[in-house]
Amino acid sequence: MRVWLPLGAGLLILAALLVMAAVPDLLTPYDPLGFDYEALLAEPSPAHLFGTDQFGRDILSRTIAASRIDLQIAVFAMVGPLLIGSVIGLLVGWFGGWADALFGRLADIVVTFPFLVLVIAIVAVLGPGLINMYIAVACVGWVVYAKLMRGEVRVQRSADYVAAGQVLGFSTGRVLLRHVLPNAVRPVLVYAVTDMALAILLGSSLGYLGLGAQPPEAEWGVLIADGKNFFTTAPWISLAPGVAIVLAGLGFSLTGDGLQALLDVKR
Amino acid sequence: MNKGTWLLGRLAQIVPSFVFIGIVVFVLARLLPGDPVSAVLGDHATDATVARITAQLGLDRSIPVQLLHFLGGVVQGEFGTSIAYRIPVSRLILERLPATLILTGLSMAIALALAVPLAFIAALKANRWPDLLIRGVFQVGLSTPIFYVGLLLLTVLAAWAHLFPVGGYGEGWGEHLWHLFLPALTLALSFAAVLMRSLRGAVLDVINAEFVDFARAKGLRARLVLGRHVLRNALIATVSLVGLQVGSLLGGAVITESVFAVPGVGRLMVESIFARDYPVIQALTLVLAVFVSLALLATDIVQMWLDPRVGK
Repeated sequence: MRVWLPLGAGLLILAALLVMAAVPDLLTPYDPLGFDYEALLAEPSPAHLFGTDQFGRDILSRTIAASRIDLQIAVFAMVGPLLIGSVIGLLVGWFGGWADALFGRLADIVVTFPFLVLVIAIVAVLGPGLINMYIAVACVGWVVYAKLMRGEVRVQRSADYVAAGQVLGFSTGRVLLRHVLPNAVRPVLVYAVTDMALAILLGSSLGYLGLGAQPPEAEWGVLIADGKNFFTTAPWISLAPGVAIVLAGLGFSLTGDGLQALLDVKR
Repeated sequence: MNKGTWLLGRLAQIVPSFVFIGIVVFVLARLLPGDPVSAVLGDHATDATVARITAQLGLDRSIPVQLLHFLGGVVQGEFGTSIAYRIPVSRLILERLPATLILTGLSMAIALALAVPLAFIAALKANRWPDLLIRGVFQVGLSTPIFYVGLLLLTVLAAWAHLFPVGGYGEGWGEHLWHLFLPALTLALSFAAVLMRSLRGAVLDVINAEFVDFARAKGLRARLVLGRHVLRNALIATVSLVGLQVGSLLGGAVITESVFAVPGVGRLMVESIFARDYPVIQALTLVLAVFVSLALLATDIVQMWLDPRVGK
C-alpha cells in the first residue's frame, strides 16, 4: 500500500504525459501557434482555461504541445550519462587497478565543480540549444552512473556465479555482459528514473535562462520565460507550464522512489 | 594514522584538484565560439589594431604558453580584463561576490532552520500523518524548479503584497539582507527539501541503531538519548550533506540571481555567456569550483572533529 500508492500516482502522471506527447493535436483545444487578436492576454475563462498570452495564443494548447520537447529532454539528458557512465563503471569496477584509481580521482574532482555551473560553462562553449545541452549534461552527469555501476560490479565480482562462469571457461566479455551486467544494472536503472525528474528541472531552467531550447521550440521553461514580463499583470501565462513541470517532476520522482522501494534497491 | 597526518593528506589532495580545475577551465574557455578580439573592437577595426589587441590579450602565443600564463596569473589572483566591462576580472568578481555569499549563506541558514526540526518530527512520527504531510510538501518542492518558485514568491509577496522589494540589492548591510531575503528563501526551499529527505533517513537510521537501544535499556531518559546520542550522529550526517550540497547551492544561486536581478557572480556568469566575455566565464568557473572544494575540505575537517571514527 505504502509503495503502491505513490508508484501508482507517478505512473499515472507519466502515462498522461506520454499521451500528451504522443498525440498533442488530439488534445489541444486551439492551434498552439495560432494568434488571436480578439483575445490578447485574456484571463482564464471557459473558452481559454489557462488564458492566453500577448499574441492571443492559448496557454493550455501551448503547454500540451510543449510536453513533447520536455519529455524528449527527460529521456535524452538521461540516456547519454547512463550509457557512458555504465560502460565506464562496469570496466573500472571489474578490472580495478590504475584505471579504477584514476576514475576515483577524476570522480572526486568532477564533484567539486558545481553541476549547473559546469553545464552552463559547457553550453557557453558549444552555444545555447538542446543538443548542446545534452552534450554538456553527458560530459558531467556520467560520473554518478559510473560510481553506482562500479559499486555494484565490485560486489558482484566476488559472487559465486562469476567464479562458476570463469571455471566453465566463459570469456570475460560473456561473464560481464551476460551475467554481471544484468545483476548490477538494477540500481542504475532505478536512479535513471529519478534522474529524469532532475533532467526536466535542468532543461526547463536552462530554457528559462535562454541557454536550452530556443524560442520557436515550445518548451515549458521557455514558455515561462515568455510570460516573465507579464508576471504581475498576466500571471496565468506561466501557470500552466509551471504546473506541468511540477507534475512531470513528481511523476518521475514518485515512480523512481516507488521502484526503489518495490525492488528494495539501496543507494 | 593520526588526525594530523590525515589532515595533511587531505590538504595534499586539493593541490592536484586545483591544477586540474584550472586546466579544464582553460580548455573550456579556449573552445568558446566567437572571436574575443572582434568582441572588443567590433567588426570594423583595421588589421593593425586587431594585431595589437590580439597581442595585448596574449592570443598570438602558443596554447601551452597561454595555459602556463593563465595558471601563473591565477596563482597571483590575476584573471585578465573583462571584455564587456573593461576592468580587471578579479575586481569585477570581488565586487559581485559579496551578494552571492550573503545569498547562499542566508539561504543555508533558512534551509537548516526549516529542515532540521522538520526532519526530526518526520523521523520520530515516521509513516504517521505529520511525516506524510512533511514529506508530501517537500516532494512537491523537489519537483518545482527554482526559477518558478522564485517567480511565484516574487509575484505574490513582492509585487502583489508589497511585503518585500521586487529585486536588486540595496545599500548597506540591512538593505542587503532585506533585498536578499526572498531570493534566499527561494533557494532555501529547494535546499531544505534535499536536506530534510536525507536527514530524516539519517535520524531514522540512528534511532534504530543498537547503541540507542542500549542507551534506552540502560534506563537513560528519552530526551537525553535524543539530545546526546541521536542529535550528535544526525549532526555529523547534516554536516557532510551541507558540504556536498554547496555546489548545487551555487548553481541555484545562478538561477535565483537571474530571477531577482541580484548583482552577484551567478548573474554575472549568465550575462558573460551572452556577452562572450571569456575571461569572466573562465575566472568564475574556476573561482566557484575552488570555492566548492574548499567547502568540501571544511566539511571534512568539521567531520573529523565531530566524528571520532574519521582519521583513525
